[in-house]
Amino acid sequence: MTTYIVRRLLITIPVLFGVIVLVFAITRILPGDPCRILLGERATDAACNVFSHAHGLDLPISQQFVSYLGSVSRGDLGNSFRDSRPVTALLIERLPMTLELSIFALLFATIVGITLGVVSAYRRNSAVDVVTMAFANLGVSIPVFVLGLLLAFTFAILLKGTPFALPPSGRLTPGLSVVPLAVRWGLQNDHGILRAIVDFLSNMYTVNGLLSAQWGLFLDALRHLILPAVALGTIPLAIIARITRSSLLDVLGLDYVRTARAKGLSDGRVVRKHALPNAMLPMVTIIGLQIGGLLSGAVLTETIFGLPGVGQATYDAITSHDFAVIEGFVLVIALAFLVINLIVDISYAYLDPRLRPS
Amino acid sequence: MAAITSPADRLIDPLTTTRTASLWRDTLANIVRQRNARVGLVILGILLFAAIFADVVAAYNPDKVLFDQGIKRLSAPCIHLLGCPATTPEHLFGIDANGRDEFSRVLHGARISLQVGFLTVGFAIVIGSLLGLIAGYASGRIETVIMRTMDVLLVFPALLLAIAIVAALGPGLINAQLAIGIVAIPVYARIMRSSVLSVRQSDFVTGSRALGESPIGLVFRRILPNSLTPTIVAGTLGIAGAVLDVAALSFLGLGAQPPTSEWGSMVGQDRGYLFTAPHLVFFPGVALAMTVFGFNLLGDGIRDALDPRLNR
Repeated sequence: MTTYIVRRLLITIPVLFGVIVLVFAITRILPGDPCRILLGERATDAACNVFSHAHGLDLPISQQFVSYLGSVSRGDLGNSFRDSRPVTALLIERLPMTLELSIFALLFATIVGITLGVVSAYRRNSAVDVVTMAFANLGVSIPVFVLGLLLAFTFAILLKGTPFALPPSGRLTPGLSVVPLAVRWGLQNDHGILRAIVDFLSNMYTVNGLLSAQWGLFLDALRHLILPAVALGTIPLAIIARITRSSLLDVLGLDYVRTARAKGLSDGRVVRKHALPNAMLPMVTIIGLQIGGLLSGAVLTETIFGLPGVGQATYDAITSHDFAVIEGFVLVIALAFLVINLIVDISYAYLDPRLRPS
Repeated sequence: MAAITSPADRLIDPLTTTRTASLWRDTLANIVRQRNARVGLVILGILLFAAIFADVVAAYNPDKVLFDQGIKRLSAPCIHLLGCPATTPEHLFGIDANGRDEFSRVLHGARISLQVGFLTVGFAIVIGSLLGLIAGYASGRIETVIMRTMDVLLVFPALLLAIAIVAALGPGLINAQLAIGIVAIPVYARIMRSSVLSVRQSDFVTGSRALGESPIGLVFRRILPNSLTPTIVAGTLGIAGAVLDVAALSFLGLGAQPPTSEWGSMVGQDRGYLFTAPHLVFFPGVALAMTVFGFNLLGDGIRDALDPRLNR
């Protein structure tokens, strides 16, 4: 098993190198001079020369690439062109929001999707099945941005004043402030990796609320996350429901399931203990694949609900030619994607002993 | 007692009897037999009708500002049958922020969405299949280079890569389509490569090679036609995704530019009026969802019709 994981990790190295090359190439062919875009159309040549020199843009491309590779390998992602802050600091600020949103969206999609898929397969061709699958088909078809806006309209306007009303934008109700965990735990003077982790957790407001036992903060952050998470999670939900149904149907027709029934096991037990574990493989693949889609959807969801996450930041960086931020953010996103694929592959081996490398 | 038929009676005259079973006719019959696919075909039929006859059905030019006709901007839909006073001009989907008839704009949007779906996926299929074909047939170093490049492209979240490509090419509908097409290439390359790998081992390919068929002939006359099915299935399902993604780019302001009546850009432009004029988000949004719904249903139907493993 260890050699398998090591081999899989080794395979990701050339892919990661390819990602770095591609992102570097794309940023360099973006039309327009970053200096004129960031400093304004009328920036003087002298100012632009200083800007280019400060960010190493006056060096030959090959030299820029080598120095970029060098700093990346040391864990330094450079400084943002726009506000000169380290890209890693921006990541600690922005990534937790997106991660929090994606986790809630994925939880929603997985729990509801698997439940619907199981019910649908179990009551095949019943009214419940037809309605569920029609919803699943519609769910895959609604664009994230349309669903997000319709949800915002429904829950913020139509249901205003009822207990079901939910906020249509932002992370917290105005007036509510968040005390960073680092301050609460007296870590202000620490600047190492521990501080980075604590800051990261602190910026996930629901986690912050939980860890510091501020239930008001936790509930408020959660309420603000519901609509974006539902909007982002609906397409994955529909896909998961469909795959669960079809892979469970395949398994339910097999002989060993009939044997289990013949033994007199209850239907629920047959599905839970016998059928579902063997139907998990395609489901895990699909859930893993959805995570890449979530990151794409996050750009749109964050735009609609006014959430300051990675998607928004990357979009802003691309349109304002902030090379260091584009490179850093995309690299981290690609890395996350590779790690998720690795976890999916390893979980195959766990779920299906036949796939365990000998 | 039943008459005993002579062997000659049982012989079938090949010239007069059975119609030749056509692969395409069978497939079409299988598609039409499925309820989902029929619903999909009806939806896409309506869409096609709207696209072709948009100029006839729509009462107004989609880009014409109608302030001279006594309308107010952002007016809600006015349908005389549903109690809207006859003195007010009828606008089925209301008026947008620039005083244009929303119904005419949504109708004309059908043209763009159809064209976007087919062109984008067509582009991705042609380039992707060609790369997959080369990789699968050539194997060795060429295959490694092509497929590893595809792996790298697949690591990016699709929309982010598309945004970066559009940023490099400049915003616009054609560039947005190109970006979404490029992002979709690896999917088709992988599918085509894997079917080529299995087909090239077949006896009929070995036979053709033994008969002296050139490599080009082998690839395009023997291997390609027999590797197409999975690509067609993926392609029909991919149209739905392409329509969604191009609309998403337009929503972000990177695709179709105003005043083009493209649904994604209409939702993006008017989302600021969500709380005052929700119809401006609702109608183009629903049109977009229904189009994608239609392509999804039809794609599922084609997949089921072409998959011999499924029992019908």
